[in-house]
Formats: sequence, structure tokens, C-alpha cells
Amino acid sequence: MDLKEHLKTLTELTGPQGHEEAVRHYLREQWAAYVDEFEVDGFGSLISIKRGTGPEPRKKIMLCAHMDEIGMLVADIRNGYLRLSDIWGIDERILLGKLVLIHTRGGTLKGLVASVPPHISNAKGGTDAYPDWEELWVDLGLPAEEVAAKVRIGDIVTMDAPAIELMGDKVAGKAMDDRACVAAVTACLDYLKSRKHEWDVYAVASAQEETGLFGAAAAAYKVQPHLAIALDVAFAQQPGVNGDEYPKHGGAPVIGIGPNLHDGLNKGLQDTAKQLEMSMFTETYTGATGTDAWSIQVSREGIPTALLGVPVRNMHTPIETVLIKDIDRVGRLMAEFIVGLTDEFMDKIAWKPADADKGDKKNGADK
Amino acid sequence: MALQDTMLKQLSEAAGVSGAEDEVRQLIYDTIKDHVTDLRVDTMGNLLAVKKGTGKSSLKVMVAAHMDEVGFMVTGVDGEGLIKFASVGGIDPRILPALRVHVGKDRTPGVITWKPIHLSYKEKDVKKTDSFRIDIGADNKGAAEGKAQLGDRITFASETIALTDNIVRGKAFDDRAGCAELIELVKGDPFPFDLLVAFTVQEEIGLRGAKVAAQALNPDVAIVLETTAAHEVPQDEDEPDITTVTKLGHGPVITYMDKASIAHPGLRKAFVRVAGQLGIPHQFRSPQYAGGTDAGAIQTSMAGVATITISLPCRYLHSPYLILDLNDFQNAVKLVRATLMQLSPSDLER
Repeated sequence: MDLKEHLKTLTELTGPQGHEEAVRHYLREQWAAYVDEFEVDGFGSLISIKRGTGPEPRKKIMLCAHMDEIGMLVADIRNGYLRLSDIWGIDERILLGKLVLIHTRGGTLKGLVASVPPHISNAKGGTDAYPDWEELWVDLGLPAEEVAAKVRIGDIVTMDAPAIELMGDKVAGKAMDDRACVAAVTACLDYLKSRKHEWDVYAVASAQEETGLFGAAAAAYKVQPHLAIALDVAFAQQPGVNGDEYPKHGGAPVIGIGPNLHDGLNKGLQDTAKQLEMSMFTETYTGATGTDAWSIQVSREGIPTALLGVPVRNMHTPIETVLIKDIDRVGRLMAEFIVGLTDEFMDKIAWKPADADKGDKKNGADK
Repeated sequence: MALQDTMLKQLSEAAGVSGAEDEVRQLIYDTIKDHVTDLRVDTMGNLLAVKKGTGKSSLKVMVAAHMDEVGFMVTGVDGEGLIKFASVGGIDPRILPALRVHVGKDRTPGVITWKPIHLSYKEKDVKKTDSFRIDIGADNKGAAEGKAQLGDRITFASETIALTDNIVRGKAFDDRAGCAELIELVKGDPFPFDLLVAFTVQEEIGLRGAKVAAQALNPDVAIVLETTAAHEVPQDEDEPDITTVTKLGHGPVITYMDKASIAHPGLRKAFVRVAGQLGIPHQFRSPQYAGGTDAGAIQTSMAGVATITISLPCRYLHSPYLILDLNDFQNAVKLVRATLMQLSPSDLER
């Protein structure tokens, strides 16, 4: 599998919150070679099942990366120009002079967010403040009547941002959040193709993470996994994002620790990384992680959940930048962890009273 | 008129930030060399030529369009391999966040980084240009310096496309549209006089090339082919009225006055007269919100040159994507050609 081409294709697909169908269809095609069954739940998440070799009833691990991207809607149409509204997560400070796509019932239209030429910006309030949503207008270059006939309020709008390759095996584009992690799941499935594993693997591309972690909650409820790994992008070091608490490109896998995440499962992943002589970057979360892990953890009777990430620069812009190797490493770690999962793993990470079997305790403390 | 009927796509996608107009100059050189005589490049980089006329008139008429575009220049590379840069020409710093660019002669793709909204949503002040960095993916300073030398120019990474049969979108129409018009004139029928052709450099940093081009060609009359601001986004009632600026599709703009010059009244009348005779749509523009053009430099050359600017209305000047109407382009070529064919010394009398 060509991971870079796969990622580029994934990010260029249209799939804002609640409109993930194009991504779902593409993944169904791509993952067909790896998995045994597909389901699509009521929220639109794609649930794919790769059966393990253990005796039934087999245990289940769910890998969950969200396939939705941040998007916008047409809010107003006036004299052929469109005003936009955010579904959630778009930074309006970056929009001047950027390209967008308007997804109408009759097809996709190309739009440009109008900037103000310096020649007249002095009369338009100067350049001292970033515009608010109401001050942003999209120019389609079409006659007003044609715009009125083709575009409807509520049509979805995404950034027009084809993926580009940078030096050092990096790719920049839109929707790396979280399709870079969807690609990591694909990489994991690719590694598992030639490996034997006892557990069933549920690879989930979740819907509507960027509205409130909704798709993952519904999918986790439906799948009822014994373990879950949520995958999401992490802030990479870049201008304005400095300090040891942030990973650099090349720092993946990023693993989260904190109350949202299960220490036992984390230890299993960390042990696997050690076996692979793979370094990890640890991020701490005192509370909510703002990822699918938050909703999966409290599904049903509680699911031990881990959070793995890929460092990305310029998050929530049309130039989110990732390093391909980071994606591959996350996929490889998950595959190796899954291969090592035995029926006893749940027992191993379960809470035990202090006076429980001494041998177990000794193993648990073994660093 | 369709995009492929003009040179506009090739011209606008070529790199030519002020002082580094090489790609544009080469493209134009190759295109016009069989249609002109006395083709030369002066010390500043202006491309000068003569299009032989029929000899019926002895007027010395210069037509100029500038080859340069606004963009950026590499000012350094930081320890992380990120590129520092400054603007060349007037660029609104609000278009910089998350912008895609091409760096240096290799056109290395780069992106202007932007701190994620999650960590910066409280930062409301507009960031200054020198606080931004370009990421070309270089892992360290050395790798970046291999692709970005001090002084290398940086362009917007914009593709030129047609949005409809006649509406096009791309970078650098200011002033490659003028260059494309001038190429049309050069390739067309001869004029009664020798046409003095000037594709100029360094307009965007202060009309530099046009000054020496005029001094070298020593014309009686100069026509500057330019673009000018159109801004048609809906206006709120409490906003200043900018509808006195031009409109796309309403024809070429016959300039009365801009920031750097007042058009020669005789020339202005000649253009208006010919537009009327031939029924060519045309418009005038308020001097308010105007920039300066090469006309300002040419007019004040030597003992003074009768000068006028004929512009194309163009939206979003000095940004990564401009929009113009090829019908205006076609009408501008038609108007300039017809007016030059008729131009006589009496038009220049005061």
C-alpha cells in the first residue's frame, strides 16, 4: 500500500461533520481487501470487522479514527456572493483570499473568499483586525442569477485545498485531522494482513467527532469492544507551539495519559513499543482529551480506552502538515499490539485487591 | 474570448516578483521575437522592442505593461529550518495565515504556518508579516538553505483557471493581463507609426523600470496597460461607498486620474471618442482608492510625455487570487488598437 497516496486521496475527499459519505465509500473500497465484514451504523460511522483466530466468543478491540473534517455552511446569498457560517472548528482568521468548494445539489462550485485590495482597504476599516464571519464574502465568479439558482442556504462548504508534498516526506493539506489517523488504521490493517491475531479487530471510521464526539459514542455502544484505541492528531511543535509538552514531527506514536485513558492498556501499548524499540511521546491530559476517547470510555459499562496520535502542524487550517513516517509508526504499533493480545489480557489489566495473587502483583509492578 | 485564446494562463503562472521577472521576460521574449525589431533587455531588465509601422505617421508611441508582481523575499532561515520573509509590494498581512507559496527558483512548495485555533483563539491582533514563517518541510537549517537563499523570491502558489467562459481566476493578473494585451497588439496589424514596446520591471516597488524605459525609448505618447481595483461584494449601508470603483464586464477603464498621474486630456478624449464610435463598452473610475501606475513615471520622464492608463477592472488585486472578465480584456485590446490606429498629433494639442 502506498501510504502517502492513500493519505492524499483521503484528505481531498469531502466529508464535513454529518456529510461523511464520500470518505465512507472510499474506505469501504480500500479496506475491503483487509476485513471480513462491514457495518454502517445509524450515525454513518463505518464499522469494519477483521475476525481473529481465537475460539469464540472472541474478544474485541476497536480502533477509532474520525473521518469527518471541519466544515462550513452557506449562511446567506446576496447579489451572487455568499456568506458562510461555521459548522464547528474553522478559524475565520485564515479565510481571506482562500479557496473553498460549495457543494450544491447540482455539483461542486469553486469559490474564493474575497480579500480587500490594499488600494481600498483603508476605506473598509483598514487591516488592523481579522474579519468576522459577517464580513467574509465568497465570490464564485458567476452571475448573481446563476448563483441564486444553484446555491441554497445550508449547502455545505469545505476548503479547496489539494494535498501537497513538502520536503522530508511531509504532506500538507486539509483534513489531516483526522484522516492522517484514518490512514494509520489502514496501515495497521495492512500490517495485520500477513499476521495472525486472536482478537476480532473492529476498525471504525467515526462520524461527527468535530461536533461533539457523537459518532464514536454510537459506534462504541454498538460494537461493545473490550478495549478501544482512539486516534487523533496532536499539536506538533511549530511557530507559536513551543515547549517539551508538544511532540515534534517524527515523535509518533503520541500516547495520552490521564483519567480519560486506561493505564493498563497504555502499559500494554508501551510494552509493545519497547519490543519494537520504538520511541513514544507521552502527552498528559488532566481531564477531557477532546477526542473520541472521551465518549468511548463511558460507553456501556465502561471501556478501557487509549489515545494514540500523530503530530500535525497548523491544525484546523487547509495546510495541516504531517510526516508520513509518523502515520506508519502508529499503524505498526497497533498491529503489533493486536498480534500480541491474548484471552488473558483483560484479566491482566483488571483491578485487583491489594491481597490478590502476589505473582500477578509482581508482574504488574515490573517496569 | 476564452482563457486558452490568450497568454494569460502561462503569463500569470510564471514567477516574476519585482526585480526577478526572468521567467516572465523569457516567456514574452519567445512570444514576440518574430513580430518585432530592436528587441533588447536593458540594464534593469525591461524588455524593449519596436513593432514596425506602415510609416504613415511619425508619432512616437510607447505602450507599456509591467511584468512584475507582488510577492515575498527570503530574509533568512531560522534554527528549525523555517523561512523568514518580507513582502515585496503591498500585501495585506491578513492573507498570510495558512497561505501556500512557491519558494525560490526551484519553486519549492511551502506553507505559511499558523498556530492552531485551539491554542490561539484569544489572539485577535493582526500578526505582522515578520512574525510568520514558511515551512517547506526542511528538517533543519541546512536543508532549508539549500532551497531558500537570502533574497530568493517567493510567489503565491496559485493556478489560473476559468470559472466560466469569460471569468478567470489566478494570481498576478496585475499586470500580466496588461502584458497579454500588449502581446496581442504586437502580434496584430501594424500601426501607422512604429510602436515602441516596453514590458517593464519593478512597478510594484515604485514604478522603477518604466522610468528608464521611457528615457530609452523617448516617446511623444505613452499608453500604460494596467489592471485596476474592482470590488463588488455586498455593502452594508453604514460602510463607505466603494461602488465608484470599477465593475467587471463593464469594459476597459479610461483613467482620468490615479495616485501618481493625471491622464493627458487629449488622449482621454481620443479614447472616449473611439470607444463611442465603435460602441466598445468602457467605464471611468473615481480617483479615490486608486493606486499609482507606470504612467506616473513615464509622464514625468524627460520633458514630459502625453500619457494615459487604460485598465482592466480586476477583483482582489495584490492577493493570491484575482478575478477578471476576458470580455473586458478583449474590449481593451480592441479599444487600444483602434485608438492607436486613429491617433494623430492633433489629439495631443493643448
